[in-house]
Amino acid sequence: MDLNFLIAIATMGGLGFVFAGALAIADKKLRVEEDPKIAKVNDVLPGANCGACGKAGCYDFAVNVVSGDAPVNGCPVGGQETANDIAQIMGVEAGTATKIVARVLCRGGNIEAAKKMVEYRGPQSCATMDLVSGGTKLCQYGCLGGGDCVDACTFSAIHLNENGLPEVIDDLCTGCGMCVTACPRDIIELHPADREVFVFCKSHDDPKTSKAVCEVACTGCGLCARKSDGGVIMENNLAVINWDDFDPENIPFEKCKNSAICYLKDAFREHQEEEAKEKNADNAPGSEEKKKVTDVSPQQSN
Amino acid sequence: MELILIFISAAIVNNFVLAYFLGICPFIGVSNKLSSAFPMGLATTFVMVITAIVTWLIYHMILVPYDVVYLQYVSFILVVASLVQFVEMFIKKVSQPLYRALGIFLPLITTNCAILGLALFIVLKEYSFVEAIFYGVGAGAGFTLAISLMAGIREELELANVPRPFQGAPITLIVAGLLALAFMGFAGMISV
Repeated sequence: MDLNFLIAIATMGGLGFVFAGALAIADKKLRVEEDPKIAKVNDVLPGANCGACGKAGCYDFAVNVVSGDAPVNGCPVGGQETANDIAQIMGVEAGTATKIVARVLCRGGNIEAAKKMVEYRGPQSCATMDLVSGGTKLCQYGCLGGGDCVDACTFSAIHLNENGLPEVIDDLCTGCGMCVTACPRDIIELHPADREVFVFCKSHDDPKTSKAVCEVACTGCGLCARKSDGGVIMENNLAVINWDDFDPENIPFEKCKNSAICYLKDAFREHQEEEAKEKNADNAPGSEEKKKVTDVSPQQSN
Repeated sequence: MELILIFISAAIVNNFVLAYFLGICPFIGVSNKLSSAFPMGLATTFVMVITAIVTWLIYHMILVPYDVVYLQYVSFILVVASLVQFVEMFIKKVSQPLYRALGIFLPLITTNCAILGLALFIVLKEYSFVEAIFYGVGAGAGFTLAISLMAGIREELELANVPRPFQGAPITLIVAGLLALAFMGFAGMISV
């Protein structure tokens, strides 16, 4: 056998051996002790590192599950199957955690909110509108209707309705919070799916202004707060629900003229009625289109 | 003076990404946010410097004396892969937050051809040990500069009204091309 050949083998073998040895020692010295559960949970995850759970990747999610910071059913991609596997590893029930969904807390769509005298022409992105001119609506706090949340949603759970407002489809929403981050006006919040009453307004405008700019604004009258026994707090002309003490029984919903505080299902129903009213008013050829929307809406509001 | 020239040459005039078109994958893939692009540049710089040192030693202490220079590609890849593994372990031990921030990009440095290119260039240009280190630092600084510039531009691009066919990768490649054109202005200023 050729000597060169042997030297080549010896060189590569030697180098490989040295590096392998160095890595083995480094592994011993630098090993980070971690819960063996993390590796197990990581094994049952899809491994796509998509980030839909809101964590940096599957491994990060596994770490958070084991430390208790993330729910066992927090992986929307793996679904129920993965949730069950993780629950088995963690020794808990998979279904214990409540579903979290995104809620859009603004009802001031194209119909309800007053328009500016100027027209906005530019990139149809909420981020840009917020930065440049505040969009087409007079309200400084309301939904811009640019659909940044729609683009941010990887699960197609949000779409803009006919009224220019985002609607969340509960069944598709995973509560990942991508839309919350995308919204420059912080209108979207994450809430447990069983919460029924919301203040659908974020406006801190004084009563006169908010009355002028939007039909469904919270004017900050404070009626609901006075009756609520601590369930609603007034913060700078805006009613804010204090979820710890909140009881819908105490809220005089009929007293809220703009229905800024109301049941989620009513928020939708009223909206549909308004659309129906519009439809009757103009009886235009576009009525077929609008009918389609009213057909879709009830299943979204479930 | 010679050392400074080597540094500037590697970092700006003969920028690895924008003049040699090496390491395009992370340049395009990790440059959408400055907050991840800059640490990626630093991690790559670190690996580049260590690679420059180790490969120089291996080349001049083992490969040349035993007359097996044709093994350089194989052994350099071995060095890069092992180093990245080591860096990963080290960062995981020292700083968990940084490890999590870099995430998948850290092992991806292994497949960054800029690093293998660096090792081969050092052999090709017959640099001394100190020169090789400066070349490695310069190349890393150049990569960090390029990827940070790119990330800054892409953050601004988010707000621009890009025509639909050009959205995403196409506009990124166009920007990369324009950046490369700009860097061509430095060409020939230093010939090291």
